[in-house]
Amino acid sequence: MCAAEAAMGGSASVLPREALDEYQRAASCHRAALVLASSRAYKRFSELLPKEERENACSTRVPKSRILTLPELRANPFQHRICHVFSTSDDGDDSMSFEDFLDMLSAFSDSATSDIKSHYAFRIFDFDDDGALDRKDLEKLVNCLTGQGEESRLSSTEMEQLIQNILEESDIDKDGTINISEFQHVVSRSPDFARYSVRS
Amino acid sequence: KDKEEDESKEEDSCSQENEASRRKNYQGKNSGGKNAGEDRSRQRGKKAPTKDQKESENKEKKVNKKGKEGESKQKKDRKNSTSTSSNSSDEESPSEEELAMLMEQVEQKKKLISTMRNKPWRMVKKLSVLREAQAFVEKFEGALGKGKGKKLYAYKMMMAKKWVKFKRDFDNFKTQCIPWEMKIKEVESHFGSSVASYFIFLRWMYGVNLVLFGLIFGLVIIPEVLMGMPYGSMPRKTVPRAEQATAMDFSVLWDFEGYIKYSALFYGYYNNQRTIGWLKYRLPMAYFMVGVSVFGYSLMVVIRSMARNANESTADGDDDNFIFSWKMFTSWDYLIGNPETADNKFASITTSFKESIVDEQESNKDENIHLRRFLRVLANVLIICCLCGSGYLIYFVVKRSQTFSKMQNVGWYERNEVEIVMSLLGMFCPPLFETIAALENYHPRIGLKWQLGRIFALFLGNLYTFLLALMDDVNEKLAEEDVVKNITHWTLLGHHNSSMGNGSSATPPPLDPADVPRGPCWETTVGIEFVRLTVSDILVTYITILVGDFIRACFVRFVNYCWCWDLEAGFPSYAEFDISGNVLGLVFNQGMIWMGSFYAPGLVGINVLRLLTSMYFQCWAVMSSNVPHERVFKASKSNNFYMGLLLLILFLSLLPVAYTIMSLPPSFDCGPFSGKKRMYEVIQETIELDFPLFVAKIFSYVANPGLIIPAILLMVLAIYYLNAVAEAYQRANAELKKKMQMQREEEKNKRNNKTSTNPMMQDLEDLFTPSTKNESQPKQAEDKKRDSPHGNSPVRTQGKAAALDGSPMPGGRGAAFTPPPHVLVTQPLTLGVRAPYPGQHRPRGHPLGPVPGRGRGQPRY
Repeated sequence: MCAAEAAMGGSASVLPREALDEYQRAASCHRAALVLASSRAYKRFSELLPKEERENACSTRVPKSRILTLPELRANPFQHRICHVFSTSDDGDDSMSFEDFLDMLSAFSDSATSDIKSHYAFRIFDFDDDGALDRKDLEKLVNCLTGQGEESRLSSTEMEQLIQNILEESDIDKDGTINISEFQHVVSRSPDFARYSVRS
Repeated sequence: KDKEEDESKEEDSCSQENEASRRKNYQGKNSGGKNAGEDRSRQRGKKAPTKDQKESENKEKKVNKKGKEGESKQKKDRKNSTSTSSNSSDEESPSEEELAMLMEQVEQKKKLISTMRNKPWRMVKKLSVLREAQAFVEKFEGALGKGKGKKLYAYKMMMAKKWVKFKRDFDNFKTQCIPWEMKIKEVESHFGSSVASYFIFLRWMYGVNLVLFGLIFGLVIIPEVLMGMPYGSMPRKTVPRAEQATAMDFSVLWDFEGYIKYSALFYGYYNNQRTIGWLKYRLPMAYFMVGVSVFGYSLMVVIRSMARNANESTADGDDDNFIFSWKMFTSWDYLIGNPETADNKFASITTSFKESIVDEQESNKDENIHLRRFLRVLANVLIICCLCGSGYLIYFVVKRSQTFSKMQNVGWYERNEVEIVMSLLGMFCPPLFETIAALENYHPRIGLKWQLGRIFALFLGNLYTFLLALMDDVNEKLAEEDVVKNITHWTLLGHHNSSMGNGSSATPPPLDPADVPRGPCWETTVGIEFVRLTVSDILVTYITILVGDFIRACFVRFVNYCWCWDLEAGFPSYAEFDISGNVLGLVFNQGMIWMGSFYAPGLVGINVLRLLTSMYFQCWAVMSSNVPHERVFKASKSNNFYMGLLLLILFLSLLPVAYTIMSLPPSFDCGPFSGKKRMYEVIQETIELDFPLFVAKIFSYVANPGLIIPAILLMVLAIYYLNAVAEAYQRANAELKKKMQMQREEEKNKRNNKTSTNPMMQDLEDLFTPSTKNESQPKQAEDKKRDSPHGNSPVRTQGKAAALDGSPMPGGRGAAFTPPPHVLVTQPLTLGVRAPYPGQHRPRGHPLGPVPGRGRGQPRY
């Protein structure tokens, strides 16, 4: 798939056109993002690789440590979770192939449907991968959101209160956890979710 | 209707297949624990992907209805490939049925391809499914046409494919054409969406101004330059003799006097000739219409984008049921890529958590309400004093500048006093307001609104004071004009008489246009005033950015090494990007443009340049010398607020222009309307001279007050009616919302009751659904029968089935379609029996039943 780039512009950072086309159709993002994406994504992806492996960037996997150097993920408190969720690696080292990378980009792009977004968001927030957000997950989530600093941490009573409130609001079936349909129910009503771009 | 049928068919096949596969699964699981996976893959696939991939597919299939669809298609495809292989042998005579089937499959594939991107699958899977589907479509699409039509069909298909591809390429191209997209995205990633929203607003403004620029330049300035009378041919197009010596000096040009004043950039340059050039272009008419349509277009654009914003904001109903959950799940701005911004975001999220917890704990805590009230009143009094003071100051300065303008050789300060004072007020009043607002102790979001409103009032007051003073000026000029008019008249007459008196030839030597005494031309004066205000505003803005942001940043950065305290964290620190100030500045600048563009057509060009440069300049300044906000607030909410301000400004700037057009006489010797009593007479003139008689008659009827007043009345009534309807809808909306809320509460309670107590109710419910029970029981028995030979207890199977349902790979549609029908129906039955194992009914909190409002499964109560 990634052969013969040398002919096209001579750099290894060009994605063959057919492949691009295919990805474009499959990815859930609008062409918009994808376009910027498909070639740019490829470029960025291959930038993450060491020089000698760039020739066949489609078949190699990028280790997690390199993925985390992306500026978009560097400051994100969920960086490890994101890597984990989007990685298809068998041995659990959260490395990413190009397709995983594209998956990630298309999920985060402007035009992914809110279903997809909420789906992935749920999996990112589900720290123990058991398919439901329980109190421990919520606690971890709050800790992620409030950052590392000591002074910004919530006290344990505040945490308790907060989690209680959240469960009261969104746990419709009262089983003490939030499952994906409850999560989507809540999130789909949010004015801020999946709508970061402002049109005036 | 067809579609519905299709769907139901699909569902049927889905469920059947699901059952089948489930059976297979059971068998596989029972027969040989571990090799089940291989067994399955052998059964199911001709292509053999890796095991775990298959498994993940399998899981998705259990959860995701759409996934199932895809799978079922794959299966059909497979079945089909066998049939088509036989098909290929006797291809000469494909029967009707087969063709129809093929057609249907191709259609399905196509649907799959088009909906592919909405599925939360892995890219690997998407790609493989996509390729397969495409290959299938390509292979059989051509075969569909019969006999002669075959080629045509293939051709049509090819063209359709090409067209789709072209459309996609075109879309790509379009998005690449959005100007500054990357720049804005970059700013967004560093400063969050609120700062980016300013730049998006700026870009939108630029677009609007480009259109206005096109209108004015294309329809007024260029025709005048190309076809109008050249410079120097008549008094209004010539620099007067007295000014000619200095007309080219830079200091004069900088004040927009001299040659610039007598150029096509200003109103006075235009001639009142009815038609110009060989095109018979009606320039005065065009000038008038363009002036009107500038306002019309702006109004339309602003209102349209406001309506769109309002639509968007009402679409996501603002019920406050999920405050905490929203804060929790959606507060992180994934666009933030900068550690500093991230730190600020952490801080702001924490504070918002704490705030809302405190709010929740004690929602109404108003201690010492008297003191607070007193402080608020005091603050408002102070601010009103400030506003009045600034208004008076401007009035005073404008008055003084009128006396200055009569004097000769005044200094630079005297000439620019108005602009300087206004800029200074605009610079120092907002911080002053902010200081005073600290007294009030409002919630910051409300505080921001107040702050915006006050600055707006300040700017507006200043603007209107300026306008009133200008009006005085204009009235003076009008009085002066009367005198000059007579002088001009007598001069011309005198010149004529003298040449006649000489008794020389019939035609007197024409008076040089530079020597003709002329009126003050108040329109050009007004235009110059606006242009100067705009230019000084641009300069002040840029200098403020340069000094207040860039030099400060440089100072803080480099002097920090040898300073006694930490400059970066301490007092001066870096500047924040002032969103509200910048947006208001932009809005007011636009108001200036709207007001001034009628008297200075070139003003829009200046503004386009300004917006262009300020895009690059501010982007650079933000990236180089600003730090992200301490409170990163969401921009989407306040966006319509800005648009509302813009609309208000537009309306307010429409008023003075409309007033001058309708009720002030235009200057007698300059501009396209000279010689008329009022500017709008150009319309009447055109109608009378250029249209057939009956149009003029119709027009006179329409302009009759007897018709206009009823029309206005009708409009008012329509507005009233629409308003009432909208209100009714709103009320209905609120009612529905309340109902939904009540239903939700009810559901909650029901669920709670169900798990805990009330066996009576359950018995009753069982009685109420006898039919479904009857239906389900045989099935269940069958299940049990099927299972029992292998020695599996029903508990285990159900556990397994449930485990499959509750897999951690939930699909986009939620659990609505996940449970196969018989499990769902039998649940109430088993509930009573197996009360001691509550965990098995709903493993890991995954509801087997339909989620309220999401699915269309069978209701359980």
